[in-house]
Amino acid sequence: MEPLNALVTFANFVLVPATAYGAQLALGALGVTLIYGILRFSNFAHGDTMAFGTTAVILTTWGLQAAGVSFGPLPTALLALPVGIAVAAALLLFTDRVVYRFYRAKKAVPVTFVIASLGVMFIYNGLTRFVIGPDDQRFADGARFLISARDFREMTGLDEGLAIRSTQAITVVVAVIVVALLFWFLNKTRTGKSMRAYSDNEDLALLSGINPERVVVITWLIVAGLATIAGTLYGLDKSFKPFTYFQLLLPIFAAAIVGGLGSPLGAIAGGFVIAFAEVTITYPLKKVLGYALPETLEPDGLVQLLSTDYKFAVSFVILLIVLLFRPTGLFAGKSV
Amino acid sequence: MTMRATLLFAFVVLLFVGTGIVQSWNVSLTILNMGLVSAIMALGVNMQWGYAGLFNVGVMGFVALGGLGAVLVSMPPNPEHIAAGGLRVVGALILGALTIAAAIFAWRRLKTARGLSVVAILVVGFFLYRALLDPGVAAIEAIEAASTGNIGGLGLPVLLGWPVGGLLAAGAAWLIGKTALGLRSDYLAIATLGIAEIIIAILKNEDWLARGVKNVIGVPRPVPYEIDLQNDPAFVDRMIAWGFDPVTGSTIFVKLAYAGLFLVILLGLLWLAQAALASPWGRMMRAIRDNEVAAEAMGKDVTARHLQVFILGSAVCGLAGAMMTTLDGQLTPGTYQPLRYTFLIWVMVIVGGSGNNFGAVLGGFLVWWLWVQVEPLGALAMSAITAGMADGSWLKGHLIESVAHMRLLTMGVILLLVLRFSPRGLLPER
Repeated sequence: MEPLNALVTFANFVLVPATAYGAQLALGALGVTLIYGILRFSNFAHGDTMAFGTTAVILTTWGLQAAGVSFGPLPTALLALPVGIAVAAALLLFTDRVVYRFYRAKKAVPVTFVIASLGVMFIYNGLTRFVIGPDDQRFADGARFLISARDFREMTGLDEGLAIRSTQAITVVVAVIVVALLFWFLNKTRTGKSMRAYSDNEDLALLSGINPERVVVITWLIVAGLATIAGTLYGLDKSFKPFTYFQLLLPIFAAAIVGGLGSPLGAIAGGFVIAFAEVTITYPLKKVLGYALPETLEPDGLVQLLSTDYKFAVSFVILLIVLLFRPTGLFAGKSV
Repeated sequence: MTMRATLLFAFVVLLFVGTGIVQSWNVSLTILNMGLVSAIMALGVNMQWGYAGLFNVGVMGFVALGGLGAVLVSMPPNPEHIAAGGLRVVGALILGALTIAAAIFAWRRLKTARGLSVVAILVVGFFLYRALLDPGVAAIEAIEAASTGNIGGLGLPVLLGWPVGGLLAAGAAWLIGKTALGLRSDYLAIATLGIAEIIIAILKNEDWLARGVKNVIGVPRPVPYEIDLQNDPAFVDRMIAWGFDPVTGSTIFVKLAYAGLFLVILLGLLWLAQAALASPWGRMMRAIRDNEVAAEAMGKDVTARHLQVFILGSAVCGLAGAMMTTLDGQLTPGTYQPLRYTFLIWVMVIVGGSGNNFGAVLGGFLVWWLWVQVEPLGALAMSAITAGMADGSWLKGHLIESVAHMRLLTMGVILLLVLRFSPRGLLPER
């Protein structure tokens, strides 16, 4: 029975990875939720927007690396982020102009937007594969670990090590900064307030002289930033593959909906709920329990609640359970 | 059928005949058979979306369940495996269902501490369920894991598996409808998307049921095998007498047999769907779709009708899934992905014309043909574009390689163009 070792094992295999993954999901879900809140539709192309923005970041990173530029112990990709965001923003604004604006002017029903976003999803998906191909790409450089398992053991004298990869630390730090900036923008600036007003009541906002097209443009710009950052962080932490990003759409939607569509706070909560549920339920707890319980009670099996392949299924089971009891999510989202 | 519909269908016929002449009749028939299956899937989605306005993005799940139905009915049984753990597994499944029923009952009846007791019931139930299920599954999967390792099927003719596949999908749709149809707009869409993922996850991981990602191969056929035809002197003589190569002749014969079977089912369904749409029931469905509030005020039970049409449409998708698994001769849970089995079907319905059964069928054929042919057409176009470039240049290589990704792009562009310039599809609802 060694509670400290149990805690460290749990932190190493569940707490740290789930926090990083939760931060990535939260950033993705924030984008989905903003589009739902302001443009009033579920954007099925969001996963592929992330993939496209990340592709631009990767290409820029390679360019920088070829030119001999590096960011010291930090990954070069962080330097390339602004370029990626700019490219994604250009793509999103172009899409809005040629696709969505027409339906906005026509006051089309929300489901038309959703179906249009399916078309956009196909196009982005093809575009990303066109540019970078369907294969796995690694673009992380810089220091690999903030603390390696061996250093941690030497420092503390425990049997179990705690490894924190630098990409995990960067993910959390960047996510905190981005979320703080976003909430500052939404709550304190004039533009942010007009966006919230537009989201709460479109007609009233129009009456008080808010320019809807400006709100829409700013929304897309923020979404481009959020999607590219989320995609890059995910790619740094795991790896980049267009198909994986398309699949990320599922947990991201789950996170946004569990939190309540249209609620930024809900998106963050949802991201962490989904990430922690996914990781905990599919992680074999044998080792942790082995340390935490007295020897006589030690489990024989792996104590894995569900096999790892059920990862995606877990996020949706949670989604369904939440929806059964709170039909518009934890933070009472909108429905159009 | 209107003039417009006749012309468009004639165009589709031309596409397939052209493919037969330019490429080969084998290719054309292969596309046609999947086109028939796609048309049935589109018909199912059209019932839900076109008649009733239900946004179901879980088509993939129902298609996969249909495939499972065909496998469970037609594969030879594995009595040894069932004896090893069949009872335990069945017991565990019943226990699982009872747990959920008990939880629902507790949620409805209890007044105090109901959240806590529901959680307690579910947690205890889950661990009992796993304790009962796991050894049973292990026992089944342990026997000849490489070749079988699952419970097998009933060993009945595969044609019986088709309606069973439809029934499985209908059952799942009933469960989903009961829980999710109360959700609003986009919440329903995402819930169905999630349920489809859950179904695929189960198919991929429960090896005892359908061999998971090891795939079920050799699903029996309703039509003869090519090799039997080639060994049949009567068939070979007739082919030679007609001036065909017996080997090619046998492959074409098999494909034609499938096409005939599928066509009969498609025409039957189309007739039923048309009759339903023209009946008072169809009028009621469209009235509900166009104005739910008004329909409810007229005394129509909107929730019940939604559930009904959701089940019907899903059953049709399941039937198509069973047919597809039979045509492929295998169930491959790893290959089901929403881009192909959900979103592409949606492109078919939207492009064809939602609310119009002929439109859905037309969309099924047209979009499927494009999905297959965009690649060779794109390669042709790209080699023309790059003709002027130096051989072995970086850009030329990249461009020619990229042709493989053209089909996604093309589907997106087509969907957006139709949605914008002909929002009601090629064959609008009348």
